Amino acid sequence: MARLIALGAFGDLLPLQVGDVTCTEVVRETLFSVAPYRGQQKAVSAGLKTQLGLTLPAVGRRRAAGDVICQWIGHDAWIVSAPVTLDGLAAVTDQSDGYATLEITGASVEAVLARLVPLDLRSATFKVNHTARSLLGHLPVSITRTGPQAFEVMVMRSMAASLVHDLQEAMTGVAARGSA
Amino acid sequence: MRIECPHCGERDRREFYYVGDAVALARPAPDAGPDAWDDYLHNRDNPAGDTNDLWYHEGGCGAWIVVSRNTVTHAVHRTKLAQKAAS
Amino acid sequence: MRLRNPGQTVTFTFDGKPVQGVPGEPVAAALLANGIRLMGRSFKYHRPRGVMTAGSEEPNALVTVGRGAAQDPNIRATVLEVSDGLEVFSQNAWPSLRHDALAVNDLLSPFLGAGFYYKTFMWPASFWEKLYEPVIRRAAGLGRLSGQASADCYEKAFAFCDLLVIGAGPAGLMAALTAGRAGVDVILADEDSAMGGRLLREVEDVDGRPAAAWVADVLAQLRALPNVRLMPRTTVTGAYDQGTYGALERVAAAGAPVECFWRIVAKRSVLCAGALERPIAFPDNDRPGIMLAGAVRAYVNRWGVAPGRSVTVFGNNDDAHRTARDLAAAGIKIAGLIDARPDVQVTADYPVFTGGSVTATAGRRGLSSITVAHQGGTRVIQTDCLAISGGWNPSVHLTCHMNGRPRWRDDIAAFVPTPDAIPGMAVAGACNGVFETAGCLREGAEVAAAIARDLGFTAEVTLPVAEARAYAIAPLWEIPGKGRKWVDFQNDVTTKDIALSAQENMRSVEHMKRYTTQGMAPDQGKSSNVLALAVLADLTGRGIPETGTTTFRPPFVPVGIAAMGAGGQGKGFAPTRLMTSHHATVAARAPMIEAGLWYRPSYFPLEGEVSWRQSCDREVGYARNAVGVCDVSTLGKIDVQGPDAAALLDFVYTNRMSTLKMGRVRYGLMLREDGFVMDDGTAARLGPDHFVITTTTAAAGQVMRHMEFASQVLRPDLDARVLSVTDHWAQFAVAGPRAQVLLNTVLDDQISNEDWPFMACGTVGIGGVTGRLFRISFSGETAFEIAVPARYGESLFRQLVAQARTLGGGPYGMEALNVLRIEKGLLTHAELHGRTTAFDLGLAGMVSAQKDCIGQAAASRPGLVDPARERLVGLRAVEEGRRLTAGAHLFAKDAKAVTANDQGYVTSACYSPTLDCYLGLAFLKNGPDRHGEVIRMVDHLRGVDTLAEVCHPVFFDPEGGRARG
Repeated sequence: MARLIALGAFGDLLPLQVGDVTCTEVVRETLFSVAPYRGQQKAVSAGLKTQLGLTLPAVGRRRAAGDVICQWIGHDAWIVSAPVTLDGLAAVTDQSDGYATLEITGASVEAVLARLVPLDLRSATFKVNHTARSLLGHLPVSITRTGPQAFEVMVMRSMAASLVHDLQEAMTGVAARGSA
Repeated sequence: MRIECPHCGERDRREFYYVGDAVALARPAPDAGPDAWDDYLHNRDNPAGDTNDLWYHEGGCGAWIVVSRNTVTHAVHRTKLAQKAAS
Repeated sequence: MRLRNPGQTVTFTFDGKPVQGVPGEPVAAALLANGIRLMGRSFKYHRPRGVMTAGSEEPNALVTVGRGAAQDPNIRATVLEVSDGLEVFSQNAWPSLRHDALAVNDLLSPFLGAGFYYKTFMWPASFWEKLYEPVIRRAAGLGRLSGQASADCYEKAFAFCDLLVIGAGPAGLMAALTAGRAGVDVILADEDSAMGGRLLREVEDVDGRPAAAWVADVLAQLRALPNVRLMPRTTVTGAYDQGTYGALERVAAAGAPVECFWRIVAKRSVLCAGALERPIAFPDNDRPGIMLAGAVRAYVNRWGVAPGRSVTVFGNNDDAHRTARDLAAAGIKIAGLIDARPDVQVTADYPVFTGGSVTATAGRRGLSSITVAHQGGTRVIQTDCLAISGGWNPSVHLTCHMNGRPRWRDDIAAFVPTPDAIPGMAVAGACNGVFETAGCLREGAEVAAAIARDLGFTAEVTLPVAEARAYAIAPLWEIPGKGRKWVDFQNDVTTKDIALSAQENMRSVEHMKRYTTQGMAPDQGKSSNVLALAVLADLTGRGIPETGTTTFRPPFVPVGIAAMGAGGQGKGFAPTRLMTSHHATVAARAPMIEAGLWYRPSYFPLEGEVSWRQSCDREVGYARNAVGVCDVSTLGKIDVQGPDAAALLDFVYTNRMSTLKMGRVRYGLMLREDGFVMDDGTAARLGPDHFVITTTTAAAGQVMRHMEFASQVLRPDLDARVLSVTDHWAQFAVAGPRAQVLLNTVLDDQISNEDWPFMACGTVGIGGVTGRLFRISFSGETAFEIAVPARYGESLFRQLVAQARTLGGGPYGMEALNVLRIEKGLLTHAELHGRTTAFDLGLAGMVSAQKDCIGQAAASRPGLVDPARERLVGLRAVEEGRRLTAGAHLFAKDAKAVTANDQGYVTSACYSPTLDCYLGLAFLKNGPDRHGEVIRMVDHLRGVDTLAEVCHPVFFDPEGGRARG
């Protein structure tokens, strides 16, 4: 009989602080992708409402009910942080270990991300709970604003070390300038 | 260059994977014959002007997109989801 | 000479000698302040040269900064800021700047005109690459690279705004202020270390204050606006599609990246890039001390440095007089003002020569005198600095980056931008041909207000009071007479070269440019282009508008590859994907190799093993005789769900997946639409509407794209969802006669051969964790792949390896995996290389004729099913101890090893410890019909020439009994 030990996606790479910017791991026990079948989006939304207390957010948005989040993750797909049963309504796939997620915060956070992400992340255009699929350096990421100076970045789990590497370089460069 | 993704809005070209002419939307029947298949697989116009082509938002939402643009002015006129254009 | 007390100074070195400078001033200013006029040698003739301008357009004063790995050549001394301990070196001179041996080129100049090299070094042809070119390249040139890897750090970054204002002179400041006050999100970028443009370089008042004080006020206001971002030391280098701009920032902070290359996306932009002064072509117009008049004013007014003790001014426009006035006011002696226009009325307390021109200059390493021809005769004037003003060229460059052509304006004798040449870009100020301050301020404000209103803001125009000086010019390009008159200083092009070009019928401006190399130096001819084409226009009898300009292309200033590729070195080159077993594998001292973005172990060396082959052979033995464990998480895993999931798979795979039973796995082949094989893998059916398919490691991304293409574009009628689950699962191959025994040490419920036959799949428990088990084999042995959520991957790997060791096995790497699959004739991308078909691979039977699938129609083309195609075979080495090598070519046994006789090639080869012989997989013409034939294998690269026997590609256990066992 085996006894399996669960390990974090980032190992000892996080937390990481350079200058006024800090990265910390975000741990969610479960993540499921939800891709509604044709014509079933409303029914899926209703199912989520009943089971988790939230509906599908619009494209490019995240919604939360307590600790549970539901976030748009791409073409006709969302991700929820709690198990759901949507038989016949949507493809539901366990992705609990598919992603490594970190939160990056600090006064210079937009300056750091501007070095890596080709997105308009200005607070007037990319507000709290706005989410986008894009690239961070060469890494495909899902990026969400969680606060005035805070973002969450999800990356494929196998690329966790690359994510930290790229962020660390950008954080170092920004910090060396002495201001945001 | 920036392309309007129907889901994500205007995005940098680097997020997209380019395929070529949107001829892919008109796939011949299996028994359409060698000429139809030859056209579909190999023969492309090279217009100086308006063109429709297929891009994949690989560094973004994963949608296949039909982009109408002008090869001379580089203006992007319209974009739509290939899924909608095809069905 | 400094005109005022510089305050705090620092020491830097020029060619090793200490020089005092003011922190932040350009190195050129500090050198002039210390009486150093000679700053470099010219590109071709090694002529002594000094600084000519005070900006990024500088053609002469290029220097090298730093030494060793930190050495950076071709830095403009007009841009480089003085700092303590800075090391600056002159370029293109040996043994020293003062005594340069190659100055002999200057004496040979009658022979070295445009086209000389092409005409002279023609024979013998082979000498060009070996002799002529290396010698010429060594003699000509700019600074040198150190050859060492630079330790400097560079950055790139993205920025977004509503309005990008390019240039912070009077027009740019007013544009930014007007739009900023209206609430527009503004970026103001300027290449200087201080914003203000010419307002920092002229003596004039704005709003009743000295211009520099007004600038300081405006900057303070801009800094107070949260919606305005100031980017000093940032040159906008290019205008690209859809409002994207490139910009190079020289970062000033110590320890920070040296430069940052910005991609700025702006809804609108205003180009306020100002204008560049142009020289006049007169004999020997390139001596150190001969400078552009606006630059002389800049050194005097902004940096308090006198470029000479006795200055002469030569011009064809009113600006020349301003120069003389400013210098006189600063207490510098004006030895003479030469205005080419005969009818100018001037009263001044220095000698004025109207209708005059400079016909000669003297001074070996710096100007000492000029000869002036004027209405009253000729005269020699002693002078150490000549300020030339041939008029101003608006900086139209960015407006030409998308194929726009500037138009000529006779009244100012200059090109101005064509409106709307760049979508979304407006133009204001001097770069639009407005050469007086009041006009620049007004145009900047008005253009910005119009843009702000267009973007939905309410904008007001409030204008400061400023000078409105008229600008009058009489075109003057070349002074008649003998002597060499420089046009392009950086590439050593004279009017004579342009004449030669016209004479040899290179009369188009684009031909002239390429023949003479005018405008092709790093400065891109900023000072020389208009002069050169005016000279050409005169020679060809055409007007300037008809002659036209060459094409201005990005970048506006040189941009280092290091800046554009910032972040792409080392680990930034590509993402690294790590398996969950990575740390355990590295700890086992396994050398890692790249497989796509992944890192996989090559082999796991044991104590005492001295070659990879020893380890590999041992690991093959684990799988053949006991049990081996291998991390196969890198294979792509794609979840396919939906009412039409099976139909979608039938469409993308050549074989039918809809008939697959639940809990079973099937091998599948995917074609491209052109009929060639794209990838292979397995499909496992987990539920009626639920499959998980695998791809090869290398093609995972491509297959995912292909599946999305099939479902979104080709078959949107099918209701199925496709999702990558590669990263969620850690998956391990457990292969060998004792595989089942090993698995039963970790599984919650024991498995047996009956419950888990070959190609079965299902859910299992591992220490209470739900995993998946697939009975599939890439080794030909009894084998399973066991998958658990990635968080448990490392833990499971360690336990599997530990248990395997107790059973006489252990982990195996890529080398052993490769041997195991070659022995079984199983395929990888060495064989599925994009030019092979199912027919070539002997898998034609897998292409179902009963249904449509991607690639099926094209795969039946006659050329793709020709038996004479190169088709898959096995090769077995015949000669004792002679190896087979991948990449080698195949020939008939007695044929000569030349291309005409080529019969095929080897894709994979290995030593098989199982069969004790070298094996290969190869593609051979008519291959399957030639089993038993002995052929010749030649690897020209590795020098291998041996014989091999053609055989069936499955070398080991052809019946497949072991995998089913």
